[in-house]
Amino acid sequence: MDMDVVGLSRFQFASTSIFHFFFVSLTVGLAFLIAVMETIAYLRQDRRAVYENMTNFFGHLFLINFAVGVVTGIVQEFQFGMNWSEYSRFVGNIFGVPLALEVLMAFFLESTFIGLWWFGKDRLRPWMRLGSIWLVAIGTQISAFWIVLANGWMHHPVGYEVVNGQALLTSFTAVVFNYKAWLYFAHVQGSAWTVAGFFVLAISAYHLLRGRDVEVYSRSLRIALVFAAVGTVFSATSGHREAQVARYDQPMKFAAMEAQWETSASPAPWSLVANIDQENRRNTFSIEIPYLGSLLAYNSLTGRYEGMNQLNEEYRARYGPGDYVPPVAWVYWSFRIMVGIGSLLLLAAFTGLFLWWRKRAALNETRWYLRALLLLLPLPWIANFTGWMVTEMGRQPFMVYGLLTVREGVSANTAGEVLAGLVGLWVVYLALIGLDIYLLTVTARAGVHAKPEAQILAAPAPSYAAEGPAGFQGYDRRE
Amino acid sequence: MDLVTLWFWLIALTFTLYFFLEGFDFGVDILRPLLARTEAEERALTGTIGPFWDGNEVWVIAAAGLMFSTFPTWYGALFSGMYPVFVIILLALLLRGVSFEYRNQVDQQRWRDFWDWMSFLGSVVPSFLWGVVMAKLIEGLAVNGSARVEGGFLDLFTPFSFIGGLATLLLFMLHGANFLLLRLHKDTRLYARARAAALLWGALATVAILAFVVMGYVTERLFASFGVLPWLFPLAAAVTLASIWFSLSRRLDTLAFTMSGLTIVFSTVTVFIALFTRGVVLPSTLDPANSLTLTESASQPYTLVLMTWVGGIFLPLIIGYQIWNYYVFRERIRPDEGGLDRGY
Repeated sequence: MDMDVVGLSRFQFASTSIFHFFFVSLTVGLAFLIAVMETIAYLRQDRRAVYENMTNFFGHLFLINFAVGVVTGIVQEFQFGMNWSEYSRFVGNIFGVPLALEVLMAFFLESTFIGLWWFGKDRLRPWMRLGSIWLVAIGTQISAFWIVLANGWMHHPVGYEVVNGQALLTSFTAVVFNYKAWLYFAHVQGSAWTVAGFFVLAISAYHLLRGRDVEVYSRSLRIALVFAAVGTVFSATSGHREAQVARYDQPMKFAAMEAQWETSASPAPWSLVANIDQENRRNTFSIEIPYLGSLLAYNSLTGRYEGMNQLNEEYRARYGPGDYVPPVAWVYWSFRIMVGIGSLLLLAAFTGLFLWWRKRAALNETRWYLRALLLLLPLPWIANFTGWMVTEMGRQPFMVYGLLTVREGVSANTAGEVLAGLVGLWVVYLALIGLDIYLLTVTARAGVHAKPEAQILAAPAPSYAAEGPAGFQGYDRRE
Repeated sequence: MDLVTLWFWLIALTFTLYFFLEGFDFGVDILRPLLARTEAEERALTGTIGPFWDGNEVWVIAAAGLMFSTFPTWYGALFSGMYPVFVIILLALLLRGVSFEYRNQVDQQRWRDFWDWMSFLGSVVPSFLWGVVMAKLIEGLAVNGSARVEGGFLDLFTPFSFIGGLATLLLFMLHGANFLLLRLHKDTRLYARARAAALLWGALATVAILAFVVMGYVTERLFASFGVLPWLFPLAAAVTLASIWFSLSRRLDTLAFTMSGLTIVFSTVTVFIALFTRGVVLPSTLDPANSLTLTESASQPYTLVLMTWVGGIFLPLIIGYQIWNYYVFRERIRPDEGGLDRGY
């Protein structure tokens, strides 16, 4: 990728989106999990203390992560205009609407009610606090819906006509019921649940392995296990369907995912590993599993799909001269890593369910399983990252599929400006991601009752029910 | 009123609400190192804005989102045309936003000092730069014939935009001090210091605003298109600002806060009137013919109708629950009772 304004702006957008999604995928999933925990705390009078401890503990982690998601979201909202002003002008009539809806329906809701939920402990009635966390949870889902809808439109534009170099909206209903967007939403939603599920699973496992607060963590383990199972099934099924859909609405992306240069035979094999030679448009080496390609693409043992060389000719005929082959190795390998991790997580979730079903206590006591959960912790994030790589790299060189290329969408900024901004953003992003991981680790390790200094002074700090309110006596630091 | 005009003023409204609301939480963050002498006082000051700042900040995201959907050309030209300024604003907001959560996560003075700096700089810098953005909005950018903006970073800093930045910075500090008068217990030393600060920064803000208005009239001739009625707004801004001294000396805190708020409202509205009366959303400094006009930058009617429904339903709802949020956390704060479990 040559580093001109287009390259730099793409890199900038990718950086912001990837960093942003690192935090928000956890926010979106965890908000729901915590709302469920708080609901149980509200309903189960007999076990209220246990569930309140759980909510406060995971709520604290949620809050550390929430802040970074919010602030990186501002960059997200500004950067369309900043780096992609021509794109903004081209699509604003359509694309701006879901973005505005996201702010009006979700951002305000989340940002206002998160404060009411956390700070309102001694000011609101219990049902109001419960309502507040549910509004936060619903807000995060609405937010994910609209932004993914906007993204889905870029991949599969519907309900528009192009007049005088601008895409005009002809049917908002078509935009809202864009099948591509709903598939993406299901997939993003599933992966957010997976992220949050495995996050809570790993932390619960960590404490269970040390035999701490078993009554809290054995329950959070079970709640998270249900989430992880639902999330992985959702991601896997929607992802499978997404790939099948891409075969006909973004055939080039599909072919790149499979590194298929020439139109395949029928039945089509599936490439497990390949050495991709993008320059000469061929694979120098590929290990293939027979039939699997057709099975994945058509749920059938027969069926062929087009290769990139043939598609490139078709695209040229349709969109004019140019090279329409995306960076194949990125797409191909990202796809394999994502699918591999997804399958592993699915297996892990169902192994957990099996252990639980066999014997209730087995889940807390199967140490190899708990240790495995700890090792799995980073995987959902890697799968998310590679998943976005597949879907966004795979649509290159288009910004809006078939309508606008990235080169046409970029702002009239100088490369120097963009580079300077990019350096600044990277410094801050790296610092934030490092701090987020560090603080999450410290707080997660500390557990419920053992309050390390980090938690004692945490503000806004939860008042842990088991210990009573921890009154902070102001001290004079100049004494 | 047609929909283009309606949406122009709704965008003016979101910017106005943003400056009104985030203005005081920026102000509190800027004043904190000047007012707080103890850790407990620092926490009390943060506690006055703790439950509010996040909801306030969303108004700027709303402004951007609504501009994107209703005036895409304006959105693209403004945000790319002032690219370096917006990068700096974003970096500042990033660091400031997390400082709220991170400051007290580690019990180390150096850690706290670091985040106090981030929260201070993260508030000073955008307070100043938003003034620059507003001044440049009146003055115009180097818009060329194809609605793209030319020119570099230094073109953004003219004497007029510099004074504009100073005016918003001082005004936000005054507004923050006035907000503290409503949120702190009256018998604390912190309250007394906030009151002294309000008088001081109020005086300086008045000078800066007057300088800005005078420059606007005399050297820049920017309000030349104002008819009789729009004159009222800069005038009202000056009058409300002057009335703050009167309110403060009579210990009418609510009135003082209302007046600093109204100053922000009138000042922001003035900026948008300066555009509206010329029928432009972004004047061009290269050639007036290149200026982005109101009607040409707007979205198609269908989008505007859609957005009117959306805005009509959600804007009142948002304003409603935000008011409720302020009502829930209405009680005044006192540094010595700063229990962590009380939320600050």
